[in-house]
Amino acid sequence: MSTPIAHLSRRYHFSASHRLHVDALSPEQNAETFGKCNNPFGHGHNYTVEVTLSGPVDPTTGMVTNLADLDSFAQRNLLDLFDHTNLNTLSLFRDQVSSTENLVVEVWRIFSEYPHAALRRIHIEETNNNSFEYFGEGVPPSVTFA
Amino acid sequence: MILLTRKADFSSAHFYWNSSLSDAENERIFGKCANRQGHGHNYTLEVTVAGEIDPVTGFVVDLKQLKDILEHEVVSVYDHRHLNHEVPEFATAIPTTENIAIAIWRRLEGKIPNARLHRVRVYEMPDLFADYYGEHQ
Repeated sequence: MSTPIAHLSRRYHFSASHRLHVDALSPEQNAETFGKCNNPFGHGHNYTVEVTLSGPVDPTTGMVTNLADLDSFAQRNLLDLFDHTNLNTLSLFRDQVSSTENLVVEVWRIFSEYPHAALRRIHIEETNNNSFEYFGEGVPPSVTFA
Repeated sequence: MILLTRKADFSSAHFYWNSSLSDAENERIFGKCANRQGHGHNYTLEVTVAGEIDPVTGFVVDLKQLKDILEHEVVSVYDHRHLNHEVPEFATAIPTTENIAIAIWRRLEGKIPNARLHRVRVYEMPDLFADYYGEHQ
């Protein structure tokens, strides 16, 4: 029997402020486009990032990846970067709006460097009612992954 | 095709240990999960089945029947048990969330009338879960 492929998902939480704003647009255009998210003082969210990694279950450990490795990677590369920050001040968002669409792509790039298992999906909840998913460049969400 | 998901809960004890490794290696790899006195979780199982709507009943599957199958095949075997000591599949496999999802898939496969097993998701806690889609996914 071949080694089964499983998908492990871990949720991480951070809190950050941001402001949706584009310098190239006029104040009126920004206000019209982004509404209350354009408030010059910013606002904040409790973000939840759900990371899904896929791979064969290691017969020695019974794991797709060791959670201690994943948690320490997430602490160093996700939480230390974003938690209790203003997203707009980070270099990642110097040239792009700190929307959660852009954030989910950046978080994908971060976890695509994780060395121990293949990244399958990043899902970010900005609020209880808004969530965003990214499966990597050119990879549509498979119906089998519903 | 419709996907339908039913949840069930069970509470179990487990620990992580591979007897082919040394004590020191077990402790390095599994950390506090290697405590052989065990520890426990409230697990949540989500079973998703795929099927067509029966034109007579409007159902993909009879939810009561699905609930009874989950109870009989999984919950009655796992709930308030020590997975390592009392559930046969974990005599040889470490009861990680990944292996629990695979074991539950194997317990349920072929047992649900009129629908195909699509996904087994096991939450060990709200922030950690594993999905299994069968041998070919």
